[in-house]
Amino acid sequence: MVFPKTPMAQLPTGRDRIEELRMVGITKRFPGVLANDRVDFDVRAGEIHALLGENGAGKSTLMRQLCGLYKPDADEIHLNGALRHFNSPADSIHAGIGMIHQHFMLVPALTVAENVALGLSSSRGPLLDLDRVSKRIDELGKRYSLKVQPDAQVWQLSVGEQQRVEILKALYRGAALLALDEPTAVLTPQEVGELFKVLRQMAADGHALIFISHKLHEIIDVSQRVTVMRDGRVVSTHPTAGSTRAQLASEMVGRPVILEYEKKPYAPPVVGEAPRLEVDDLWVRGDRGRDALRGVSLEVHAGEILGIAGVSGNGQRELAEALTGLRPVAKGHVRVNGRDLTHASPLQRIAAGQSAIPEERMKDGVVKDFSVAENLILQDHGHAPFSRGGFMDPTAITRESAALVKGFNVKTPTLDTPTKNLSGGNIQKLILARELSRKPAVLICAQPSRGVDIGATEYIHQRLLEQRERGMATLLISEDLDELLALSDRIGVMYEGRLMAVMDRAEATLARLGLLMAGVSS
Amino acid sequence: MEALTPVIAVLLALAIGAIMLLALQVNPATAYAALADGAFGSTFAVAQTLVKATPLLLVGLGICIAFRGGVINIGGEGQIIVGALATTAFTLGFPDAPLLVLLPGGLICGMLVGGLWGGIAGVLKARFGVNEILTTIMMNAIAVQLSNFLLRGPMIDPKEIVSGTLLAQSARLPETSWLPRLIPQTLLHAGAIFAVVMAVLVYVLLWRTVLGYRIRAVGLNADAARYAGIRVPVYQALALLLSGALAGLAGAVEVLGVSHRMMEGVSGGYGFSGIVAALFGKLHPLGAIPASVLFGSLLVGADKMQRAVQVPSALIDALNGLVVLFVVGSDILVRRRAQRRREQEPHA
Ligand SMILES: Nc1ncnc2c1ncn2[C@@H]1O[C@H](COP(=O)(O)OP(=O)(O)O)[C@@H](O)[C@H]1O
Ligand SMILES: [Mg+2]
Repeated sequence: MVFPKTPMAQLPTGRDRIEELRMVGITKRFPGVLANDRVDFDVRAGEIHALLGENGAGKSTLMRQLCGLYKPDADEIHLNGALRHFNSPADSIHAGIGMIHQHFMLVPALTVAENVALGLSSSRGPLLDLDRVSKRIDELGKRYSLKVQPDAQVWQLSVGEQQRVEILKALYRGAALLALDEPTAVLTPQEVGELFKVLRQMAADGHALIFISHKLHEIIDVSQRVTVMRDGRVVSTHPTAGSTRAQLASEMVGRPVILEYEKKPYAPPVVGEAPRLEVDDLWVRGDRGRDALRGVSLEVHAGEILGIAGVSGNGQRELAEALTGLRPVAKGHVRVNGRDLTHASPLQRIAAGQSAIPEERMKDGVVKDFSVAENLILQDHGHAPFSRGGFMDPTAITRESAALVKGFNVKTPTLDTPTKNLSGGNIQKLILARELSRKPAVLICAQPSRGVDIGATEYIHQRLLEQRERGMATLLISEDLDELLALSDRIGVMYEGRLMAVMDRAEATLARLGLLMAGVSS
Repeated sequence: MEALTPVIAVLLALAIGAIMLLALQVNPATAYAALADGAFGSTFAVAQTLVKATPLLLVGLGICIAFRGGVINIGGEGQIIVGALATTAFTLGFPDAPLLVLLPGGLICGMLVGGLWGGIAGVLKARFGVNEILTTIMMNAIAVQLSNFLLRGPMIDPKEIVSGTLLAQSARLPETSWLPRLIPQTLLHAGAIFAVVMAVLVYVLLWRTVLGYRIRAVGLNADAARYAGIRVPVYQALALLLSGALAGLAGAVEVLGVSHRMMEGVSGGYGFSGIVAALFGKLHPLGAIPASVLFGSLLVGADKMQRAVQVPSALIDALNGLVVLFVVGSDILVRRRAQRRREQEPHA
């Protein structure tokens, strides 16, 4: 099918446009929280309207009322000027509203086409007309550069591809308005770029788009208007153009936020002073047996932060794992404080003065069913003051962990609270408290602010800089270029298992890093 | 609410049991009255229930340690058998030793050899990554064969040879090694108290010692434990070893307290029912105490019920099976629901 030339009020998909959706005075209360407090929000055809707010600000709740999943306590939703009530998801789908949830709602064992057709009536009555569905998926996919195989099974797809299926599903059902709840949280930077292209094309075609995120640069990059929410309320709505990251961040957090930290200039090492961490021609195999690291060499000195940039999957994870003793080294050397730790166990590395912040904090960083106090002593429980003669000392554990929780601003109801009940940011602060309280000489730090809100990120960054001044050598592996630029003294870029270049912070620009990340060496 | 689920599970099992009884044209009320009477109706009945609960509790405690450490011990039967064999060999080997040597020595021997039996599975897992479910089951078979061999050969009661009956059992243990009786005219012995003390000790071990902390950390998240420098395989092996030691102790207590000699069938299925008792007690050593009493009472009461209402013994097995099914099933259900609730919560 060829897309007809669009008359004014129609989308290329043949659907009527939603010229304007207005939500007025939306209020929703959950036991103990006012998740939405008289929220006003509107979106128009052809625009990308960003909804910005920290975790728990009420963004998802607002969207769930729009798509009929929650019934508002008080509401008024106007669609193209007419008052509407959405009592079920079916109502809102029928009205042309599509929603991409934070958690995908696909059936893994079914194909893409079957997922798209799920719950829709078919031209062949009760039988599915999958060929027609597939054809339509192909058309839509071409128009919006949403590449997916209609006959692939969903469980085989990457997260990014599954998201495309969700978007196709919404378009297939005739969505004229699409709300995406934190769609970039699960994507790599490259995939984010691709998603933005899709969104821009949809907006250009006359769709109305709501884009939820708490990442400032994404919002500045893709949206025309932005609404900032905090604690269930709308703080402000204004055009994105002209807004700075610092301004958005402080609206979101409710106080001035520092995005550029004050940093004492880095003093180059005294000539002859040995680096704290030395990695020499390191070769490591990846999960599939291929070489994931192909001769990486680097040095980190006392009081220095060496940032490692790169698109995910270029060996950063394997580098962190090799340096923390989780992955065997095939060739090369690793020295910490001059001691050879190439093949050392995690325990020996800890004893040598190395701490680590793992990339996957729920898997490697904490025992989620342990209490906060128990997680704070995961390495140090075996000696005084936490235990004596093989017996734990609950008094000392309580005393020390109370001090750590306070010192690192970990928000937890009690020390006995199961760690899984804490938010991501607070779990990361807990890990930081544990790792930094040992006053390590070397810190291997992977993705410290992934999935962490701005307030906690800022806090974590400050603590890392504080330790840098104390003399800690930090290897900071991150996919967040803003983070690397804000913290690092030198930055290296990993590409296909090699460290492409290591440059001083002053020489590092987004453009230069971006080229190196794509494998283009100057 | 969650604490009540095991109770509800038992009631449901009894309800289905009632339907089966009706199908057999037996009045369930009469049958269950007989069951309760058999388990708790007299001092003797209560004593009998506690006698059965004792090995269940000891095995269950070991299961708590293993499961908390993230390893599965299906080898309770074999560990009981080798524990009982070791205790028997020791006490028969030093018949003239004083009580203060013989009794503790016998108990310790049972523990050590049971621990060895569990520890072998532990080492195989730690060093070679062999699945502990397989090895513990195989070690059961080895223990049974070993016991068959010893009780028909080197350890057979000389009297059996003289009389020509050749029953596969050892000689009677010297009386100085017997666990003292708690209530005269019953079989209730000091092992029951001993088991309760062990429950407290296991609690202390798991929640008050470095070893217990590490076992729990390894069981809950082996990745994070490894990252934190805990040697995961070592603690998995230790959990299996301790688990075996407690089952071995159950075997020791059975021969020193009840049978006063080693014979076939000494393990009495406790190695398996102990797992159920531990699960019923939510894998908590103190929760295992009432759980063991409950399953002990089912074992004892079922006997009485069978005699009172003349139902086939298969029905008793079915009833026990139903309880297990509902207890384990409800546990899975509760956990699923908790997880689903967590997933539905907005992502913070
Ligand atoms: N189903 C629910 N039951 C109880 N509380 C909820 C529910 N959904 C959200 N909340 C609460 O409402 C607040 C807003 O949550 P949410 O809309 O998910 O925030 P956001 O998407 O901005 O991170 C939070 O405090 C959250 O705990
Ligand atoms: Mg949300």
